[in-house]
Amino acid sequence: MANQSIRLRAGGAVARRQLVSRASRYFFLGATVLGVSILLFLGYETIVTGASRLSLDFLTNYPSRFAEKAGLRPAMFGTFWLMLITIFTSIPIAIGTAIWIEEFAPRNRLMTIVKINLANLAGVPSIIYGILGLTIFVRFAGMDRSLLAGGFTLALMIIPMTVIASQEAIRQVPPSLRDGALALGATRWQAVRYNVLPNAIPGIMTGTILSISRAIGETAALLMIGGFTFIRFDPGPNLVDFADPAAFLAGLNESFTVIPIQIYAWSIDSRREFQANAAAAIIVLMVGVMALNLLAAVIRERFRRN
Amino acid sequence: MTVADPGDMNEALKKRQFSRPGESVILFVLTLCAAVSLVTTVLIVGVLVRESATFFEQVSFKEFFLETEWQPLFEPISFGIWELVAGTLLVTFWALVFAVPIGLATAVYLSEYAHPNTRKVLKPILEALAGVPTVVYAYFALTFITPDLLRPVFGADQVNVFNALSASIMLAVMILPTIASISEDAMASVPRDLREAAYGLGATRLEVTIRVVFPAALTGIIAAILLAIARVVGETMIVAIAAGSTPQLTVNPFEGVQTMTGFMLQVGLGDAARGTVDYQSLFAVGMMLFLITLAFNVAAHFFVRRFREEYE
Repeated sequence: MANQSIRLRAGGAVARRQLVSRASRYFFLGATVLGVSILLFLGYETIVTGASRLSLDFLTNYPSRFAEKAGLRPAMFGTFWLMLITIFTSIPIAIGTAIWIEEFAPRNRLMTIVKINLANLAGVPSIIYGILGLTIFVRFAGMDRSLLAGGFTLALMIIPMTVIASQEAIRQVPPSLRDGALALGATRWQAVRYNVLPNAIPGIMTGTILSISRAIGETAALLMIGGFTFIRFDPGPNLVDFADPAAFLAGLNESFTVIPIQIYAWSIDSRREFQANAAAAIIVLMVGVMALNLLAAVIRERFRRN
Repeated sequence: MTVADPGDMNEALKKRQFSRPGESVILFVLTLCAAVSLVTTVLIVGVLVRESATFFEQVSFKEFFLETEWQPLFEPISFGIWELVAGTLLVTFWALVFAVPIGLATAVYLSEYAHPNTRKVLKPILEALAGVPTVVYAYFALTFITPDLLRPVFGADQVNVFNALSASIMLAVMILPTIASISEDAMASVPRDLREAAYGLGATRLEVTIRVVFPAALTGIIAAILLAIARVVGETMIVAIAAGSTPQLTVNPFEGVQTMTGFMLQVGLGDAARGTVDYQSLFAVGMMLFLITLAFNVAAHFFVRRFREEYE
C-alpha cells in the first residue's frame, strides 16, 4: 500500500513525532487528574478531621471555650436569615435589571454604560463591597453591625453576577415568541411577562442559585462590616415574630455571625483541637453549597429536555 | 382599502402601547432596578475617593508612593504602600506559577484530547469547584499545606508558620477552574478547518495543539489569565489566614508577608477609631486595590471582545 510505504520511508522522524504526540496525551491527562485529585484529597482530609465532631450537639450548641462543646447554632441561624435578606433584596433588582437591559433599554450609550459597568462590578473584590457596606449601611444609614447591613452588602455584591446570568437566560428565548406576541397586539410588558419570562425562568433560577451559593460562603465582606466570631444567642427574629412586623424588624437588626465566619474563627484558633471544629463546619457549609449547585444543575437539565 | 398614513399609525400604536394601566409604572420600576448597579459604582468610587482624601490630608502622596515601610500601628509610623503591593505581587506570582501550566494543560486535555463524554463529566466538576468558598481554601493552607507539606519537605526552620507559598498554592487551586474553563472555551471555539488543515499537512495532535490551536486561542487564554490575576489580587481570606500579617519586602516565599487585602481585613477586624490615620488608610489601600483589579478586569474584557471578533 502506498500509504504504508510512505510511512516506512519517512522512518524515524515521523515515528518519533507520533510517539511524542501519543505520550503528550498522558501528560495533559496527568495535569487534569492532578487538579481534580488535589481537591478530592482535601475533601477527604476534611471529612477525616471533621467527622468526629459532627453530631446533633455540634449543630445545636452555642460556641464555647471547649472545642468538644462548641457548636454551630448561632452561625446557622445567622446564615439562614442573612441569605433570606440577600435573596429577597437582590433577586428582584437583578431580574428587573436584566429585563430592562434585554427588553426595554434604548440601544444607546446609556445601555452600553450600564452593561460595561455590570461587567466591572462583577470583578470588584468582595472586601471592597465590605468597606462599602461598612461606610454606607453600618455607619451612614446607622444600621450598625446588623443582619440587615450584612444582607444588603451581600445583595449588592451578587447583583452583578445574577444580572449577567439572567441576561444570558433571557437571550436564549427565541425572538419569535416575543415577536409573535407583539404582532398580536400585546404590549411590551405583556410579551415579556407571558412569553419571554416563563421560558427564561429556568435559566434565571440556575444563575440565581449559583450567585446565592457564592454569597453563602462569603467571609471577607462580612468580617469587614463586623460579623461577630463569638455569639451566644440566635441571631434574627423568632419564628413567632412573623405575625408582628415590629418584632420581626427588631430581629433583623440584631448582630450576627455566619458559618464562614465561624470557620475562620476556629481555623485561626491557636488551640489545635478547634481545627476539628473548623473541618466539621466546612462539611456543613459544603453540604449546603453542593446542594445549591446540584439544585441548579437539576433545574438546568430538567428544562433542557422540554 | 386606503393605506394609513404612517404618521397616524405610529401615533395610534404609541397610544396603544401605554394604554394598559401600569405599563409605564413597570418601565419605571425596571429602570430603577437598572439604576441600582450604577448607583453602586458611584457609591464605591465616592466612598473610596472621599475617605482616602482624608487620609491624604495627613499622609502625603510622596510618602505613600515613595516610602518602602508600611508601619501604621507603631513608631516610627510610616505609610509606604510598596510593602503591601510587594506582598500581593509575591503571592500572585507563585499562584500563577502553579495555576497557569496546570490550568492550560487541563484546558488542552479537555478541548483537544478528551473523549466528548469524558469532557461532559469533567467540565461541570471543574466549574463546580469554582464555587468552593475561599475560607475553606484558607483553612487548608493553614492546617494542611504548611504543617503537612511545606514544613516536612523544606524543613521547619526554613518555612514560617505563616508563609506566602502556602497561600499561593491554595490561590492556585482557587483559580485553576477559572483558567482551565475559560481557556477551554477559547480553544474549543477555534474553527475546525484550522485543525483539519494542519492534520492534512501531516501534523500530529500535539503539533496541531501547540502550533495551531494554542496561537489561535491566545487572546482567549490571555483573558483567562488576566481574570485569574484580578481574582488572586482581590482575594482576602486565603492570604489573611495563611500568609501572615508582617508587611515586608521579600522574594522568599517561605516567609510571611502582608498583602493589600490582608491589611484591609486586619484594620476591619481591629478597633481603630473612625477618623484616625490608620483607619483612613483602609480606604487608601482599598482605592489602590480597586484600581489594580479594575485594570486587570478591563484588560481581560478587552481580550475577550477581541477573541469574539476573531472567531464568532
